[in-house]
Amino acid sequence: MRDVYIIGVGNTACGRFPDKPAHILAREAAWSAIQDSGIHARKIEIAFCGHVYQGMGVGQRALKDIGLVGQPTINVEGACGSGTLSLWEAWRTIAYGQYDIALALGVENLSRILSGGPLPLEEDDLEVSIGMGMPGLYAIRASKYMEEYGVTLEQLAEVVVKSRHHASLNPLAQYRKPTTVEEVLNAPVIADPLTRNMCCPVGDAAAAAVLCSEEQVGELAKKMPVKILGCVAQSGKYSSPTGLTCDPSENVWRTSQMAYEMAGLGPEDMDVAEIHDAFSIAEMMVVESLGFCEKGDGATLIDEKSTWVGGDKVAVNPSGGLLSRGHPVGATGLLQTAEIVRQLRGEVEPERQVKDAKVGIIETMGGAQPAMDGITCVVSILGK
Amino acid sequence: MSEEKKEYNKPLPEFRPETKPFWDAAKEHKLVIPRSRETGEFFFYPRALSPGGDMSEDIEWVESEGRGKVWTFSIHHMGPSKAYKGEPPYVVALIEMDEGVKMMSNVIDVDPNDVSIGMEVQVCFDDVTDEVTLPKFKPAG
Repeated sequence: MRDVYIIGVGNTACGRFPDKPAHILAREAAWSAIQDSGIHARKIEIAFCGHVYQGMGVGQRALKDIGLVGQPTINVEGACGSGTLSLWEAWRTIAYGQYDIALALGVENLSRILSGGPLPLEEDDLEVSIGMGMPGLYAIRASKYMEEYGVTLEQLAEVVVKSRHHASLNPLAQYRKPTTVEEVLNAPVIADPLTRNMCCPVGDAAAAAVLCSEEQVGELAKKMPVKILGCVAQSGKYSSPTGLTCDPSENVWRTSQMAYEMAGLGPEDMDVAEIHDAFSIAEMMVVESLGFCEKGDGATLIDEKSTWVGGDKVAVNPSGGLLSRGHPVGATGLLQTAEIVRQLRGEVEPERQVKDAKVGIIETMGGAQPAMDGITCVVSILGK
Repeated sequence: MSEEKKEYNKPLPEFRPETKPFWDAAKEHKLVIPRSRETGEFFFYPRALSPGGDMSEDIEWVESEGRGKVWTFSIHHMGPSKAYKGEPPYVVALIEMDEGVKMMSNVIDVDPNDVSIGMEVQVCFDDVTDEVTLPKFKPAG
């Protein structure tokens, strides 16, 4: 297996862009990543495009406007993990020696299909027939978690306060207005205990990364190349033999353990993390599953502000995360990737730059398949 | 109930080969849970290969007395789609059955605010259409 490097990243802003179809957003992100890499677009040998709801041939439609045609372009889908599944595909095709230079794209325009509210689920499952929605799936986890660990509504709200603070420093984020615990708790309840402001917004964006092999990196890289130290994708499993615990943390745990092993590193080595906080409860559970703290201590990290930029532990979601930067489904994983690459290069706004960041981790959790611990989880570890 | 049936426009579960015995039994107001003959363990979701052991296809369906406890729940103030307009607030819960498996359903016939984790519940059956009956739960006793 060869080493693989990211030599360019790019993305659009996150927001509501009903006038920009997915292929227009994706074209913008692809061009931006290629420009950032400094290589000529003709050197791209293969492309992947992650999306969920955008229809036929989005990757091809985006790249034709650049003139990148003929090479294999493969659209990939892994629910909310589609963006990082695209990255994983690009990584493995280089790592296993098939190609040397690949483009990983991710895109979603939700505004053109939804005015607001939860993502549509497949309707033929038992759980949808009794009225469960995506926020509801996270809400029942939140209820159990609060009961088991004594976590409070205020602590769930603090996750949003941190997220909005980081996003307020990120010009590309969708929700940039700082907030307070009171404001989060006073928002309408969607699925008890989650209020609207504890749920990620509907939004649109695209993001991309250019990857190359260790043989090519010396010649091609214009900026500091970022090495992919670990990259693992896992589909969901039934949570336990006797049923569903509806706990994606099991999937995040096993996927991240494999990624740490591949990288030869542990949670203590991570300086910065971009994780899948689709709902505020998710951040608490994911920081535990990634091994940043013991089970049940996710709320303590929030209380102690340890995971804020400038805190005494790994900085979590300096971009604002899904809650505030936004969660344009298929773009999310590559938005996270672009953020970690820029953090490692030292390129982000000084107020949210993690000092001396050397290693970063990306966790994306795709899907709400109620009987299982998710549809796809992808964990990547990047280093300089 | 019969008037409601005609207007029922919410999503309905699909009967797959693996789940059909569950829905057939529900229509007769019985709750059945699959068990592996190989390991003797109950499991849920229904599937073609049982978990554990050598993942045998040798599965039996066992009628349950339908008793369990609320393992966790959420009061939904917003449904997953327009079909649920006017329904909230309602309770979506994971029920831990006496057999050890968990299944998702609604807790009905109770003020949502009175539902709590650990509450003992009993299965009941909602004939939502002529073809589909949904097992739901109400407070026991």
